Amino acid sequence: MKKLMKGCEALGEAAIRAGCRHFFGYPITPQTEVPEYLSRRLPEVGGVYVQAESEVAASNMIYGCGAAGVRVFTSSSSPGVSLMGEALSYMAGSEVPVVVINIVRGGPGLGGILPAQSDYFQGTRGMGHGDFHLIVLAPASVQEAADLMMEAFDIAEQYRNPVMVMGDGIIGQMMEPVEFKEPKQRQLPPKTWATNGAKNRPPNRIHSLFLDPVKLEDHNWKLKRKYDEIEKNEQRWEVYSTNREYDLLIAAYGTTARIAKTSIDMLASEGIFVGLVRPISLYPFPYQAVREAAMKAKQILVVEMSTGQMVDDIKLAVAEHRPIHFYGRTGGIVPSPDEIAQHIRELLSKK
Amino acid sequence: MPKVNIDRDRCKGCELCTQACPQEIIKMSKNINLKGYFYAEVVDQSRCIGCRLCAISCPDVAIDVLINGVQYVYFEY
Amino acid sequence: MKAIFTRPQSMSTTPTHYCPGCTHGIIHRLVAESLDECQVREKTIGVAPVGCAVLAYNYFDVDFIEAPHGRAPAVATGVKRGLPDRFVFTYQGDGDLASIGTAEIIHAANRGEKISVIFVNNAIYGMTGGQMAPTTLPNQVTSTCPNGRDVTTAGYPIRVCELLSALQTDAFIARVSVHSPKNIIAAKKILRRAFQYQVENRCFTLVEFLSTCPTNWGLAPKKATEWLDKNMIPYYPLRIFKTPEQGVLPA
Repeated sequence: MKKLMKGCEALGEAAIRAGCRHFFGYPITPQTEVPEYLSRRLPEVGGVYVQAESEVAASNMIYGCGAAGVRVFTSSSSPGVSLMGEALSYMAGSEVPVVVINIVRGGPGLGGILPAQSDYFQGTRGMGHGDFHLIVLAPASVQEAADLMMEAFDIAEQYRNPVMVMGDGIIGQMMEPVEFKEPKQRQLPPKTWATNGAKNRPPNRIHSLFLDPVKLEDHNWKLKRKYDEIEKNEQRWEVYSTNREYDLLIAAYGTTARIAKTSIDMLASEGIFVGLVRPISLYPFPYQAVREAAMKAKQILVVEMSTGQMVDDIKLAVAEHRPIHFYGRTGGIVPSPDEIAQHIRELLSKK
Repeated sequence: MPKVNIDRDRCKGCELCTQACPQEIIKMSKNINLKGYFYAEVVDQSRCIGCRLCAISCPDVAIDVLINGVQYVYFEY
Repeated sequence: MKAIFTRPQSMSTTPTHYCPGCTHGIIHRLVAESLDECQVREKTIGVAPVGCAVLAYNYFDVDFIEAPHGRAPAVATGVKRGLPDRFVFTYQGDGDLASIGTAEIIHAANRGEKISVIFVNNAIYGMTGGQMAPTTLPNQVTSTCPNGRDVTTAGYPIRVCELLSALQTDAFIARVSVHSPKNIIAAKKILRRAFQYQVENRCFTLVEFLSTCPTNWGLAPKKATEWLDKNMIPYYPLRIFKTPEQGVLPA
């Protein structure tokens, strides 16, 4: 049964439906409705809502709660997520499963409060110090945000690694009908590693310090093998109108992918055929799928609400076998279907 | 008569126990332990009153205190 | 023969890495003894700081989490809120708690988290080799105030117990020392009382332990205890600052 919900609230409800009863957060536009919703809703289900004194503290609270083997998540937006970088590195290093929502806003610095996609590099590469990855999932609708959120907890626990659901201001603020469906069943290992009291077992340690370089290197390669496994199993993407010839392929994720679909439909009515590939997992990035879609086109247009970040991954996927163009709007300005279509007309008309 | 056992190789030669002993019967040995520290040792076990202050002052839990019979409790610990 | 003093069960047999005469070891033992006496070893989760005590988890036979520098009170909050019936304590140095972690400790105390904080104040950064800490005394020489702490540019040392006692939320806050047997015995009583408050889920508890740092003070262990007595005690008075029984202090 579908219900009209704001993105932020749907994300909060999805967490509860996934069995999560603990949230530690901090207000920041445009995601404040997540903590607001949960401060009312969690007590209703016997859960715990704590408003931390900062995102630094909130991220360390979920570190402790996750280390104790309890399902937990936090939510923030770009500048707040930057403050969580240290703790996320610790959680990846000590293999603690948690979920983090980033409702991206304009940057850098205080930036703006309108939607953006300028945290792509941060989420997929620069979240914190050391060799680690967050699994980053990018929804393009409120329904998909809820679906990905519900599954994020299982993914985090399966791989014992933080998972980030990265939306943008639009995903967080718009209202769309949503229903909460059980994610596919996963074989989740028991949390024998959790620090929940050494009863009838030797003490557990949740730590990332390895002063012995041999042990730290072993640990790094162990994490690398985990990320290889994730890259093998967790890639997600969508293609749109690629089942026929197309001269140009658009690569876009999240909100901009939806906008691009309208451009595609518009151009199709003019006899200009364009395809779309939409990565849903930004890490692990679907290089192979992008490559396959790209090879059928003469050129590729990457559209982002940034000055170009995912474009780098597209280049990696296609290895420059095709000219790759970029079109971006920033500062909170959202590209319109018309301007994308117009840009494509110019690209295709240029010989 | 109380018995103080100092774990020779756990001692780091910090001498805090020598300062704590009211009977002044703990001295530093002239020999070194495995770690190369002059370790503490009881020079006259017979004068030990089993007060446990040496063990209480030891940062490395290197000292056990044992008695047979009834313990005279000088202070609550 | 019967042992009237031996290693507490909550303490592991691993020899510590602490410098000779460093009283961290004594504080560790007091914590372990208190955990045994409160019979909470099997439901205890410790949170270690970044600093000399970062390896504390090697010395306790309890579950431990290693927190980023200064964040232990937040990590402990997460654990306690996640598992309210467990016994949760943090073990932090003065650099960890009174410098980078001030926001975390103030807010954990102000929220009244039912955790216990062991705050070790040795007036210096030990692990990194003796730099000035927020608790370094006026004119005390360290590697980053080679001419002695200049209060006109570095301000005065922070009295954490007094600072936290100003908060209205119920708490048990006390300062003790471990630089002499008499003080160690008194310190244990206070720590046991603090732990008891958590066992009874009563309030936030923090015990500040004045502690020596022979290596970075440049003093032999016995001399270091004398230095502490002469210099730190006057500036950091040993007493109970706040108890839940007092209720809310007058505004």
